[in-house]
Amino acid sequence: MAIDWLPSVLIVTLLILAVIGGVRRANLWRAGQPEKVDIVAGLLALPKRYLQDLHHVVARDKYMSQSHVATAGGFVLSMILVLLVHVFGVSNRLLAGALLVALGLMFVGALFIAKRRLQPPSRLSKGPWMRLPKSLLTFAVTFFVLTLPMAGVLPEGTGNWLLTMILSAGIIISLSELLFGMTWGGPMKHAFAGALHLAFHRRPERFGGGRSTGLKPAALGGEVHGVAKPSDFKWNQLLGFDACVQCGKCEAMCPAFAAGQPLNPKKLIQDMVVGLAGGTDANYAGSPYPAGKGEARALGSAKGGADNVITAGLVDADTLWSCTTCRACVEECPMMIEHVDAIVDMRRFVTMEKGQTPNKGAQVLENIIATDNPNGYAPGSRTHWAADQNLPLMKDKQQVDVLFWVSDGAFDMRSQRILRAFVTLMKAAKVDVAILGDEERDCGDVARRLGDDASFQSLAKRNLATLSQYKFNKIVTTDPHAYHCLRNEYSDLDVNGVLSQGASGQAVEVLHHTTFLNHLVEQGLLNFERFSDTRMTYHDPCYLGRYNGEYEAPRELLRSLGINITEMARSGYRSRCCGGGGGAPITDIPGERRIADMRMADVTETGAELVAVGCQQCTAMLEGVVEPRPVVKDIAEILVGQLIEEVH
Amino acid sequence: MPLNIVSLVSVGRHPQSGRSRRAEQDGRAVEMGLKLAGQQLSVVHVGNPDEPVLRQYAGMGLSSLTVLKQADRFDAVPVLQRYLEQKNIDIVLTGVRSESGESSGMVPYLLAHALGWPVVARVADIVCVEKGEAQVLLALPRGQRRAVRVALPFIASLDLAAPPARQSAFGVGLRAKIETIESIGEVDQIRVDWQEAEAKPRAKRLKTVKAKTAAERFKAATAKPQGDAGKVLINETTQQKAQAIFDLLLEEKVIR
Ligand code: SF4
Ligand code: SF4
Repeated sequence: MAIDWLPSVLIVTLLILAVIGGVRRANLWRAGQPEKVDIVAGLLALPKRYLQDLHHVVARDKYMSQSHVATAGGFVLSMILVLLVHVFGVSNRLLAGALLVALGLMFVGALFIAKRRLQPPSRLSKGPWMRLPKSLLTFAVTFFVLTLPMAGVLPEGTGNWLLTMILSAGIIISLSELLFGMTWGGPMKHAFAGALHLAFHRRPERFGGGRSTGLKPAALGGEVHGVAKPSDFKWNQLLGFDACVQCGKCEAMCPAFAAGQPLNPKKLIQDMVVGLAGGTDANYAGSPYPAGKGEARALGSAKGGADNVITAGLVDADTLWSCTTCRACVEECPMMIEHVDAIVDMRRFVTMEKGQTPNKGAQVLENIIATDNPNGYAPGSRTHWAADQNLPLMKDKQQVDVLFWVSDGAFDMRSQRILRAFVTLMKAAKVDVAILGDEERDCGDVARRLGDDASFQSLAKRNLATLSQYKFNKIVTTDPHAYHCLRNEYSDLDVNGVLSQGASGQAVEVLHHTTFLNHLVEQGLLNFERFSDTRMTYHDPCYLGRYNGEYEAPRELLRSLGINITEMARSGYRSRCCGGGGGAPITDIPGERRIADMRMADVTETGAELVAVGCQQCTAMLEGVVEPRPVVKDIAEILVGQLIEEVH
Repeated sequence: MPLNIVSLVSVGRHPQSGRSRRAEQDGRAVEMGLKLAGQQLSVVHVGNPDEPVLRQYAGMGLSSLTVLKQADRFDAVPVLQRYLEQKNIDIVLTGVRSESGESSGMVPYLLAHALGWPVVARVADIVCVEKGEAQVLLALPRGQRRAVRVALPFIASLDLAAPPARQSAFGVGLRAKIETIESIGEVDQIRVDWQEAEAKPRAKRLKTVKAKTAAERFKAATAKPQGDAGKVLINETTQQKAQAIFDLLLEEKVIR
């Protein structure tokens, strides 16, 4: 190159600008609320979290994960070597050679990324993201040429003014994207914010194969409840939003988006970024929120700022209420962003500060407050369903092995069939069981998902107080929502350790009925006839699968009947929601389709005549689909039909 | 000049659980007050200032709420009368009857009698207030309305046909100021002497449903009992049938 000092000056300038940008960006995150994180431990854990946990998610898409490893790995390595070779002037042929190899690796990776951009799927954002592979290629080529003389491939001082100009332009173009753009809001921001997000994640339990799905309790009694403005989020939540790569994996999985309701999790996260940085959504280049039944908003009309109320101009409340809290987006997000936390945080503000829970929401919450159940039934009629079941009450027994948590299914005739089936199975296995009867209350799931954390906490505390009077080893329930609350969310409020010390002195085991029944079958306490040859599929309830990781027990139970499950295309951790979670049937935001219909179409596609479920809410949603359609049955109901009862 | 409106609220009782709650009609009195006076509305309760249900009323968007503090055994009317006399009030809004206590429905009348104001009972809506006169819609059976004009000041009791109370927001209710005014009451001897007992539900006549399908069962459960007011015209002439419909519409004041 004709002027030797030019590349290093350019590199250093852009590096300094990048550092300045980084500080500015960090200040945007710091506008959020304080949250304790272990900074040092987080940073130390970063490489492992990136290489293991993040790549575990990315690797579901082999093409992308390999391209990304080559590109990102190549780039990081190249950048370090570029600094050594071109800035610090370490002249070592080996080093320069290594740089050439790293650049080559990056080039190949970037080619694959560029190839996918030729016909990008609709979930990907366009705009500046279309430019990114070109910038990557420019970087690789520019520095490759620049390094050739140092590696001794070309004589020193090769090149004329024209080449110098071209290479300088290449440096400026590529480093503007890859260094400067990283901290000033370009597509490469995902690398900078993403790395820090992994280090300071709000749910560090998720790394290393763990699971953390319980919502965090809202602080009650302050000047504001829930999140009104972006600055009401915790600082590391803001950081998390900034980590989004706009890959749209969440969008592709979101049932509300597919149903044409006005929600797109990717756009929502981008709107949060608009909120934290200030400005409008004019530069957003991905799929918009579906129009729902209203009118789609024009791009650029959403305005936000760190101290502006989000629902006043940035995001419509209907967007927040469309979510079924199914966690499909969170499960799929390669950046491990927590969409559901953010959505419920904002719902809390709408409910607890604005009093604007849509449709039946207000009524349901009022009922929960006045009667401890969402439909306003007399609390004294909670045990009517069991009049003929001869089930002992905890009040009389005081101590049992299994406490059967009945849930609000007690008031619903369809759910009662599931409850009875489960009781029959427990009796056949001679389980030492009792129920709370009228002392039980709604678990608080609906109130919490509707944003009324005050009512959730009140219910949880009163339920815990009731539980504290009795001794038991296990709580078993047929309702995955109650299961989730009891297992993952009550612990935050369980100051007296009611659930951490059961009758036997060990922590109380909270189990879903399928898990529990599977134990009984494994112990040989239940015997079944083989199930006739019906084509059957199984629908994973979100609150059982993604929330609690229980995919196997229901399937094992079905297999123990000799059933060969025909899996749906979306099953297991990718199961599609039935539409019944998160209070969505209550807030009922209109879309073009119903989520339950789409799920039933998934079922029909397998050719199944029967779909097994493990949740009364899923049962209600799927049975709400017009006939003809496959039959819907809870696993307990299927089992009870095959039960061989011993005759004495 | 902004209207000076007072909504009176009591502690309600949920019909299923018997638990304290925001009373249905009193909630409507606050809702109507907010519509007419916005943030100028004053809301008054007689009783215990620590009653949690007051927060549910306040959650409708009130920054403060006045409690005339007195024990349960005291009569609410005299203290309310004294309080309302001191202020220059245009309209007092109440429910038709409370959901707890004596539930006699007498408070608006006793207050009106004491203050010398008219009572407008079973209000569905107060459309507007102009030149010292309010346009009021009264609720009549079967969804009918009667329009009346009432001179200020007056007491209005809100019917269930009035717009329902908005959702109560927890945070707003929690932060509202409860202003307590100590009051010297008169013991309500009649009330004190009363005994309360659980009401026995009246035995229902059993309906034998011979329905076979769910649809028939649904029909049987929801069908209205046959009244004797209707007429079935089958063999009459078209003229007669039309006349019958016309007469009914006149009678129901659908047309005039
Ligand atoms: S939120 Fe996650 S899944 Fe969705 S677009 Fe962003 S990075 Fe991708
Ligand atoms: S939780 Fe489910 S419904 Fe809600 S945004 Fe995520 S994918 Fe969509």
